[in-house]
Amino acid sequence: MSDTINFIIDGVEIQGREGQTILEAAEAAGIYIPRLCHLKGLTPHGSCRVCTVLVNGRPQASCTQPVAEGIVVESESERVQQIRRDIIDMLFVEGNHFCMFCEKSGNCELQAMAYRFGIPTPKFPYQFPKRGVDASHPDIFVDHNRCILCGRCVRASRDLDGKHVFDFVDRGPHKRVAVNAEARLADTNLDASDKATEVCPVGAILRKRVGYAVPVGKRLYDEKPIGSDIEAAKTK
Amino acid sequence: MSASLQAAVQEICQACGNDRTRVMDIVREVQSRFGCVTGEAMDLIAKTVSAHRVEVEGVVSFYAFLSDQPKGEVVIRLCNDVIDEMAGSERIVRAFREALGIDFGQTTPDGRITLEHTPCIGMCDQAPAAMVNDVIVTRLSSDSVWAMVRELKAHMDPKRLVQKLGDGNNAHSLVHAMVENNIRRSGPVIFADLTPGDALKKAVAMSPQEVIRDIKTSRLRGRGGAGFPTGIKWDYTRSAEGAKRYVLCNADEGEPGTFKDRVILTEKAELLFEGMAIAGYAVGAETGILYLRAEYAYLRAFLEDVLNRQRSRGLLGKDVGGKRGFDFDIRIQMGAGAYICGEETALISSCEGLRGDPKNRPPFPAQKGYLGCPTTVNNVETFCCVARILDKGPGWFAQLGSQGSSGTKLLSISGDCKSPGVYEVPFGVKLREVLKMAGAEEALAVQVGGPSGQMVGEKDYDRSICYDDLATGGSVMVFGPQRNLLHVVSKFLEFFVEESCGYCTPCRVGNVLLKERVDRILAGQGEEADLAYLQDLGQTVKMASRCGLGQTSANPVLSTLKNFRSMYESLLRKPIDGKQLSFDIHQALADAQTVVGRQSVHF
Ligand SMILES: Cc1cc2nc3c(=O)[nH]c(=O)nc-3n(C[C@H](O)[C@H](O)[C@H](O)COP(=O)(O)O)c2cc1C
Ligand code: SF4
Ligand code: SF4
Ligand code: FES
Repeated sequence: MSDTINFIIDGVEIQGREGQTILEAAEAAGIYIPRLCHLKGLTPHGSCRVCTVLVNGRPQASCTQPVAEGIVVESESERVQQIRRDIIDMLFVEGNHFCMFCEKSGNCELQAMAYRFGIPTPKFPYQFPKRGVDASHPDIFVDHNRCILCGRCVRASRDLDGKHVFDFVDRGPHKRVAVNAEARLADTNLDASDKATEVCPVGAILRKRVGYAVPVGKRLYDEKPIGSDIEAAKTK
Repeated sequence: MSASLQAAVQEICQACGNDRTRVMDIVREVQSRFGCVTGEAMDLIAKTVSAHRVEVEGVVSFYAFLSDQPKGEVVIRLCNDVIDEMAGSERIVRAFREALGIDFGQTTPDGRITLEHTPCIGMCDQAPAAMVNDVIVTRLSSDSVWAMVRELKAHMDPKRLVQKLGDGNNAHSLVHAMVENNIRRSGPVIFADLTPGDALKKAVAMSPQEVIRDIKTSRLRGRGGAGFPTGIKWDYTRSAEGAKRYVLCNADEGEPGTFKDRVILTEKAELLFEGMAIAGYAVGAETGILYLRAEYAYLRAFLEDVLNRQRSRGLLGKDVGGKRGFDFDIRIQMGAGAYICGEETALISSCEGLRGDPKNRPPFPAQKGYLGCPTTVNNVETFCCVARILDKGPGWFAQLGSQGSSGTKLLSISGDCKSPGVYEVPFGVKLREVLKMAGAEEALAVQVGGPSGQMVGEKDYDRSICYDDLATGGSVMVFGPQRNLLHVVSKFLEFFVEESCGYCTPCRVGNVLLKERVDRILAGQGEEADLAYLQDLGQTVKMASRCGLGQTSANPVLSTLKNFRSMYESLLRKPIDGKQLSFDIHQALADAQTVVGRQSVHF
């Protein structure tokens, strides 16, 4: 086939297709590259940088970098894993993540990522930012303390729901998610059935009244580490 | 108020064709008329240009010169760059506070004057300096601050603060600024004379491909910092598919310590615009945009006038340079206070009326740039080189400078030296010679390439200024023996923290963490392990960041750890009884004790 692209990840030869990103091609071959801002079905964002790999020795975000013939990709080496660990640590200390009493615990991708990387506690000092909670909406609440600025809600609302309920405001360390209204989520046209309410990787956008429908200990990542579904496809 | 706001917003949007991509111009105009862009104004703008309110809010909150809170009729922005600090801005800070009776970030109770800090405004050679609305005031002293405030309170007209005019076009009625050029050394490329039209006419006598070939032959590389070969960039832009093509000139000049583009814009605007027209001809563009940083707004009317003169000379407009069918014109896009907008994809975002976030690459601007069309973005100085190359020939240019770096380079030299200013030097010149020219033989350290460059010391003074050795977009900051270099590093990190767009994790969070640890060492609480911590963290930020800002923001730390390690070591302390020095048990318990309302029994 003419549109097959051959390249190497961590010594393994794999085939991708024209137009695929490195992350997608790896996934199709049963290789999991850690990711947080990326979600299938949404435009790649390239913001968390957890998916960083070295392409011919140069760092690139694999969720935005297209495959190319003959590239050599380094993903699981110690120096790349070290970068990923640092980034996960950064996300933990940037916000206020108290997993032990967060509704999302066990279903949270950030927490699951820390477990996958064997991080018991971040090595950077906690920043303890002062951030708010918006519980105005009848069905959904937003807890900015846990937001990791991945932009999934922004993209889902804009591209899947056709609404633009969320977007980023301010910049640098002050950057945050805001709603398309003076201040309150209740004043937007967000509906409980919107895709934007389902995509948050952490416990920043949650549905009300269903937090403990599945008990802690029986949740998604309590059972299997994050990424194991992708890796399982390979062993089959 | 509300009705008048509504009418004004509609009129402003109308003047911009209700075009969503012109949101920058719209919000800038609303800000200047009403002193802020309120939530109500955002709502109105969004409705008029078919955007969402939160998008407009995203833009307004991104740029430092825009605000949703009311500001005074006059806004004073004092440059808090490290060079200004060295020139005594601390005294100026005090004088402003006392004279106005308010602190930075505040507005006088009568709502008339707002006082703020701002990063480098491109006046390091005449520091300390400030902006009073669009007016630049330089060489401030406590006395001049008191006098200025007295006057402002009397007439509220910043223009009247300019009493002594600067040299050259700074004295032009449309500029009317006290700014000085300080051109200390002229060279054959930028500061030589050119008869308007000569270069352009030679260009249009050739085919666009031949022009690109000449630029390649000259081995011209970009003067904005990254040093990409200009001919190749144009080739990509020309051969990319697209209905339209664009030529963008990067006049954002935000790297602290750089001010050479400001001098070009003041004295050599014709040369620049001719270079842009040549680029337009070469890549097949009809439109050029000059992205001018908000700090240089005082040059805008003058530049518009130069554009008009170029039009009347037939060097812009229809059938440019007498070439049938070659139409090309230039408009000015104002920035609004964001260093990151100098990054070429962020600059494009800003021109499109968006937050100044860099874009993901690929696609590169040459493939899909402004409005999705093939676009070349070049620095001000690069375009001037282009015009000169077409006039004098690529061979003439290529023999100037060194092998890998042809031509001359403008350096903006500031800090502890006798003659700060702009120097046109051939590439390949030794740093030591440059220091001698500027009267800076005593230098303890030199920051080459601005905060994102490297800090080097005596042992590196025999290295040369060129792309393959000490690369620089133009900034050369000199630090004398009396300076605390670690403090300088901390100031640079503060700059990057403030100016990061916040899009990606390593830059948004990493720079804050770097600064925290450098400050801890500065406070005498550093330990041996902190050096490895800084090295590793710096490396992660450099490797994992998404754009050039984060990929270079750790450089001040990494280059001083390499070149001035003993300076760090002399500040480190040994832990006593295995206790972490930075840990203060009383401070750690303070919050809890306040909540509980009593002292701990143990501490
Ligand atoms: C954070 C950041 C700021 C930048 N600021 C400027 C600037 O003010 N002026 C400039 O010409 N280039 C700047 N650049 C470089 C531009 O991205 C781009 O490389 C340059 O404009 C290309 O023009 P050239 O090839 O003529 O140098 C900056 C880059 C980064 C990463
Ligand atoms: S609220 Fe959730 S989905 Fe939205 S940016 Fe924050 S972490 Fe991402
Ligand atoms: S490196 Fe910094 S400035 Fe560049 S995209 Fe990331 S956060 Fe923005
Ligand atoms: S998953 Fe690639 S940057 Fe976030």
